[in-house]
Amino acid sequence: MARSSAWKRYNVRVIWLTLLYGAFLLPAVYGFKHQLVPHSIAYLVAILPALPIVGIFVAIGRYLVEEQDEYVRMLMVRQTLWASGVSLSAATIWGFLESFGLIGRVDGYYVVIAWFFGLGIGGCVNKLTLGDGGC
Amino acid sequence: MENKLRVLRAERSWSQQDLAERLEVSRQSVNAIETGKYDPSLPLAFRIAELFSLPIEEIFVSPSRRSSKAI
Repeated sequence: MARSSAWKRYNVRVIWLTLLYGAFLLPAVYGFKHQLVPHSIAYLVAILPALPIVGIFVAIGRYLVEEQDEYVRMLMVRQTLWASGVSLSAATIWGFLESFGLIGRVDGYYVVIAWFFGLGIGGCVNKLTLGDGGC
Repeated sequence: MENKLRVLRAERSWSQQDLAERLEVSRQSVNAIETGKYDPSLPLAFRIAELFSLPIEEIFVSPSRRSSKAI
């Protein structure tokens, strides 16, 4: 299947952002683990790995704007709706279980992991219901 | 939405890819429209109609007319 130029641009952006994520995350983990990060820049070092992830959300938004094929765009919109539904539902259920002391606390960024997992579910739903997309 | 896209395409011996290139959309879009899985936007429906030099209602079957016929 031929991919659009918007899809190619999206992939290039995501690859660069993923590389940037690794470049920010590894030193941050090492620095905090070995107490090498001065308090004055601790917040900055902690936030830096989050920014490329935010960038991926922006890249998805740019793709939706730039994609000229309305059907392919609709497939991605459906995927993102599934991703949002899955991640927000999981966060809500987990939040209540955590509030009532039934399960342990998890870091907030797991919502993002659940969102990307939901993106995969959305791809499978597209494949099953429309025969297009992928899982 | 029911449509006559497959018939019109076959009359011209066009593949789905040929039609997709003429409409500047993906082959999967043409397939989804032909099989009724996806209803095109009004601008795309007009592009299809103009490509075949037919009014939109001669290519796409109105869902309300289809249901009234069934009654």
